[in-house]
Amino acid sequence: MDHPLIRFDASAKAKVLARLQEQRGSELLHTYEEGLALGIDVHGQNILSVLSFLKDDPELGFTGFLDVTAVDYSKYVLPQVERFAVIYILMSPHSGARVKVRAFVAGDPPTIDSATSLYQGAGWGEREAFDFFGIKFVGHPNLKRILMPDDYRDFPLRKEYPLRGRGERADFEVYRAFKD
Amino acid sequence: MYSYETEVLEQTDNTVFVNVGPSHPAMHGTLRVKLELSGEKIVSVEQEIGYLHTGFEKLGEHHSYNQFITVTDRMNYLSPLNNNIGYAQAVEELMGIVVPRRCQVIRTVLAEMSRIADHIVAVGLMTMDLGAFSSVLWSMIEREKLYDIFEATTGTRLTTSYTRVGGLAFDLPDGFVKRTREIMDTCTDTLGQLRESFVNNRIFLDRTQGVGVISKADALSFGLTGPMARASGVPCDQRTYRPYLIYPELKFEVPIYTEGDSLTRYLIRLDELEQSISMVRQALDLLEPGPINVPNSKYVLPVKKETYNDMESLIHHFKVTMPGSDHGIHPPVGELYSSTEVPNGELGFFIVSDGHHNAYRMRVRSPSFYNYQVLTKILPGHMVSDLVAILGSMNIIAGELDR
Repeated sequence: MDHPLIRFDASAKAKVLARLQEQRGSELLHTYEEGLALGIDVHGQNILSVLSFLKDDPELGFTGFLDVTAVDYSKYVLPQVERFAVIYILMSPHSGARVKVRAFVAGDPPTIDSATSLYQGAGWGEREAFDFFGIKFVGHPNLKRILMPDDYRDFPLRKEYPLRGRGERADFEVYRAFKD
Repeated sequence: MYSYETEVLEQTDNTVFVNVGPSHPAMHGTLRVKLELSGEKIVSVEQEIGYLHTGFEKLGEHHSYNQFITVTDRMNYLSPLNNNIGYAQAVEELMGIVVPRRCQVIRTVLAEMSRIADHIVAVGLMTMDLGAFSSVLWSMIEREKLYDIFEATTGTRLTTSYTRVGGLAFDLPDGFVKRTREIMDTCTDTLGQLRESFVNNRIFLDRTQGVGVISKADALSFGLTGPMARASGVPCDQRTYRPYLIYPELKFEVPIYTEGDSLTRYLIRLDELEQSISMVRQALDLLEPGPINVPNSKYVLPVKKETYNDMESLIHHFKVTMPGSDHGIHPPVGELYSSTEVPNGELGFFIVSDGHHNAYRMRVRSPSFYNYQVLTKILPGHMVSDLVAILGSMNIIAGELDR
């Protein structure tokens, strides 16, 4: 039950980075250190190739899934590759190493391959990203709204959506039923 | 806009559909599952969440960094202090602030006390779900004592909002250390009672042993963290993975089991309670007088006495509290994922900052959201009554599940 204090330090990050550059160098847009994690930027179409390498490579072993979410960069101060980015956070359970993979998603609707075949936990995270940002995950077994009502039309975390909504609450089926 | 494909459960002649929740005494909070049953055996499960969705992430983009602390109280409402601390930690890391020593010790003490309050109620509620009512009252008594301390410290029992970016709202009250030490002793007694009553209890073992087994591979793949992952043999604990607060100075063990069933998820919480009690005692020894806030009035409010008597402090007071792009706390442009260990697992905040007084994007990675998802996978093949045993052992909090 002993657990020495294991840290994902700069040299460990450099090791992971070197291995990635060697095997998937052409697919990486940009890499950087971000807090305790290693940040990797890729194009949306390469996401499965990069994620499966991170997961299956015996030297890296990022088998632990932590989070998938999205960001709408349309009003951000720094120019980005695309408007939407899907963000995956993975961990290596034995060393405690973390990577943040940021995949820029192109298209309207923004479309990216689903990571559910690699990490089962991505199922709800991707549904949430679809629910809030309207990002389409190809190959997701059950891509439907998760937190918002099923008859909702907008994507509330997109930057053009106002804080106080557009009055759609009055149109929900359950409210109409109460009125009648 | 897109049409969404809805999954339709196929009904055969021998199965019956039963809806459980969202308002049901066995479903903690507002959880809802649709069960397809063959006799009393569960064939398939569909989970429906979102009944408590309150748009925390959208609020995070419109509240200033200090205002959002009040929202974090409402995520895991069994241990709001852990959320406060995790959030303050994330913003401080984004800004590159290190809080003073006394603040770190106080945060560690309160984080562990809050963990005790959460775990002790979680184990109590699990046994109550399985038919033992006295035990939940024992644990509620202990939690009430802890809540008394939280009330004396923070002013409220539940919506504590105790941390600030760069420090704390106020210092500890008089007699905190003495009272806390007393409560740690009574907690140890209750813990012994909870262990004795259930660990060798045939009825309890029959209902939990081998029920709801999660394999290590599934735990990793589903993104489980906290006691649920550690019961399945995944040694993930932010307190040992990364140095934060004063955890590197404390002596503690991270209990790990490999069975991954409901019983081990119960046992692991009891073990962690023991560890937390010892950590509170150790951390109290390290408590020394000193400042609790960063000595920089650009981030934290100046002392009231100075605000009233010194012009510069008065200006700082307004600069920190006023809204607008020129005032308030301004982290540098950038993004950061920062996580801490809360009772249910890893609570992560992914903050994208564009240099304004509010976040550009505030993602809350709540442990319950990913922990709950695994239910669909493990439930088929069990009896309906096992649903209660499994769900009780998961300790899902609807507030942080739906956010």
